[in-house]
Amino acid sequence: MARKIGIYVCHCGSNIAGTIDVEEVARWAGATIDGVAVARDYKFMCSSLGQQMIEEDIRKKGLTGVVVAACSPHLHEKTFRRACEHAELNPYLCQMVNLREHCSWVCADKAAGTAKAKALVYAAAERVKQQVPLEPMEVQVNPATLVVGGGIAGLQATLELADAGYHVYLVEREPSIGGHMAQFDKTFPTLDCSACILTPKMSEAGQHANVTLLTYSELEEVSGSVGNFKVKVRKKARYVDETICTGCGICIEKCPRRVVDNGFEAGLGQRKAIYTPFPQAVPRIPVIDTAACIWFDRGKCRACEKLCPTNAIAFDQEDEIVELQVGNIVLATGWKLFDCHKLPQYGYGRLPNVYTNMEFERLCNAAGPTNGKIVLRDGKTEPKSVAVIHCVGSRDVRHNESCSAVCCMAALKFGHLVLEKTKAEVYSFYIDMRTYHKGYEEFFQRLLKEGMHFVRGKVAEVTDAARTPGEEGKLIVQVEDTLVGQQQRIAVDMVVLMGALEPQADAKELGLKCGISCSMQGWYTERHPKLDPVATMTDGVFVAGACQGPKDIPASVVQGAAAAARISGMIAKGHVMIEPIVASIQEDKCSGCKICNTMCPYNAIEFDEPAGVSRVISSMCKGCGTCVAACPAGAISGAHFNNAQIMAEIRGILWDAVPSGNGQAPGVPAAALNP
Amino acid sequence: MSDPTFEPKIVGFCCNWCSYRAADLAGTARIKYAPNVRIIRLMCSGRVDPGFVLSALANGADGVLIAGCHPGECHYLSQNYKAMRRYHVLKHTLAALGLEPDRLRLVWASAAEGQQLAEAIDRLVEDIRKLGPLRWPANWEAEPCCQEAVESIAREHQEAMEVLP
Repeated sequence: MARKIGIYVCHCGSNIAGTIDVEEVARWAGATIDGVAVARDYKFMCSSLGQQMIEEDIRKKGLTGVVVAACSPHLHEKTFRRACEHAELNPYLCQMVNLREHCSWVCADKAAGTAKAKALVYAAAERVKQQVPLEPMEVQVNPATLVVGGGIAGLQATLELADAGYHVYLVEREPSIGGHMAQFDKTFPTLDCSACILTPKMSEAGQHANVTLLTYSELEEVSGSVGNFKVKVRKKARYVDETICTGCGICIEKCPRRVVDNGFEAGLGQRKAIYTPFPQAVPRIPVIDTAACIWFDRGKCRACEKLCPTNAIAFDQEDEIVELQVGNIVLATGWKLFDCHKLPQYGYGRLPNVYTNMEFERLCNAAGPTNGKIVLRDGKTEPKSVAVIHCVGSRDVRHNESCSAVCCMAALKFGHLVLEKTKAEVYSFYIDMRTYHKGYEEFFQRLLKEGMHFVRGKVAEVTDAARTPGEEGKLIVQVEDTLVGQQQRIAVDMVVLMGALEPQADAKELGLKCGISCSMQGWYTERHPKLDPVATMTDGVFVAGACQGPKDIPASVVQGAAAAARISGMIAKGHVMIEPIVASIQEDKCSGCKICNTMCPYNAIEFDEPAGVSRVISSMCKGCGTCVAACPAGAISGAHFNNAQIMAEIRGILWDAVPSGNGQAPGVPAAALNP
Repeated sequence: MSDPTFEPKIVGFCCNWCSYRAADLAGTARIKYAPNVRIIRLMCSGRVDPGFVLSALANGADGVLIAGCHPGECHYLSQNYKAMRRYHVLKHTLAALGLEPDRLRLVWASAAEGQQLAEAIDRLVEDIRKLGPLRWPANWEAEPCCQEAVESIAREHQEAMEVLP
């Protein structure tokens, strides 16, 4: 069939035309490249007129391929593919050339830029001549969804999907859903009681007909792809039969073993060996901590079993693996606190009255270890002065470069609580005051009026080494007040460190299980930081909440809702279209060496023993092409990125180069390599 | 030997997810860098067939750049490790064929590293400019790097076979 290629060079206003002679490129393409039926330049190819131009040429001139030399394909590949489709040309017979991001915007010299542009256009023209029509694949979407993480973001996603009528499996690692929000006392800027606004959502999730709660459970394994995932969840043994337990709490009351609660109470309070993390836990079913339990330690006690009125204790319980099938996955796994021991100059762990932000939340919480009284470690003395240090582990090149987004507001909140509950003076030591959302600046103004003191300076150290009699028995905060330009030593009774929000320790591992990656700092990578913050590069896997980056509660709720909305849309449509960029094996060329089997991280290649050949499972193939490059027999071809197309692109891109050998020795002819 | 007016022609294979987007970012940020690298988009650095590199050099490229996601961050999980393995074998092969191994370079660039990719390209272009145009020599077997590569194969085999106490 005669090739009739259409070449369209976009000016993009002056974005491309400013540094590349676009008219010349179009003229040259028409005159120089074989098989070009029409070559045009136009101001804005992505405009409706630009698209119409392509469609008309396809219809009137019977074009067999289209090259659009414009911006990055990441912006308009779909646009031009759609234009081809309108004119009944298969969308995969269209190729874009990146003349803007890769050429005009990065090249200062017009001659060099135009030469580079010509090479890129030639490459695309040669490539498109090798392209063949392809059809996207339709995949049914399973209406069930897996949400990993029962904090506020995960709860929001769960409830929205459940209310829409779709089933949700909510997996939570801790014995209860609720996340960090359950630990807080009040939330800024409204000073709502955190548990009061959270528990209605928790209890709804616990009772919703469309929600299956899998608490004290972890995601083990994921396979499959969008619309059709198979997941394995490990339900860790609670040693309590959840079908019988009524949550009466007698076992907890009677358990003789008390340990420090390093989880929910942030190390400030205690719990029993059999416990629920907090009174409003959902579900109310306790868990036995085998590291603390006397029975697991030395074979005695079992008081809980003896006293349980329904015989729900089951010491022989084992972990259970639950297999689920879902259409989509939402990761809402939240954050963990920076280890404040890493900044020894602040004295955490060494000086008793230095607290982390989470410890201070528990201190303020009426259901916490001190019943909401703000007191020192001795459990009774009220502080007369409190210092709150911002950015502990945040905005710090040695630890976390990023800002944790919430600590300035939380610091103000702590200031308010101290002023409300005690007669103490309270100082904030800040670098900047980041109060950026609705009501936040007003909250800052309120604290200014309430009499909180603010010192702009990064604290050098917190010490108990007194230099003057007035400093004896106090914690001294050494800081430069940068607005005044003086060193200060401020003596306080209590110091609260605003520790950074960090990714969970196993975030990366979990992400890899689902096929998504993390940024260098460990937060999950979204598809686009501005325009697509909940989708990931892997279709069917979404992220919501702080696991994508530090954020406050409203933002977490919004992301949870956004993920739910995207998934609802997919379920309502019933199917998704998958790009047909998949590998396929020519069985007559396959020798059964199985090298490709080990290459695929998605297990998308299976070996057919009786036939002695490997086969690609198209619905699982993500199209990376590694197997294509690895096959020693050249038996695997990668659709839309096959060898013929890439080799043609290479030849075209070097149209103005001298083939090696230079008359001295024959170069390696391209035909001698894999076709 | 090196001609400062020589403009190398380099083919760059960039993966769709990280390095191609890094190049896009360099463009959005209007960072200016050497125009000598002509980019071909692949879905993954793991798609780079050694034949592509050889074909590029045979068709007149003076150098080849392979760019992909950082190890551990490949969009397809672990395929950049396979690219890395192929790259090392390829360099050895090029040396055995009498080509300066420095003409092939592997660079990791995440989608956020536009500046870093631009700088890596500038450095590569300068290095290739110093090496001069690729002129596959007639007596390639006699090239020193070829001799070295062939001898090192024997040596590496020997070391691999040694059983340490």
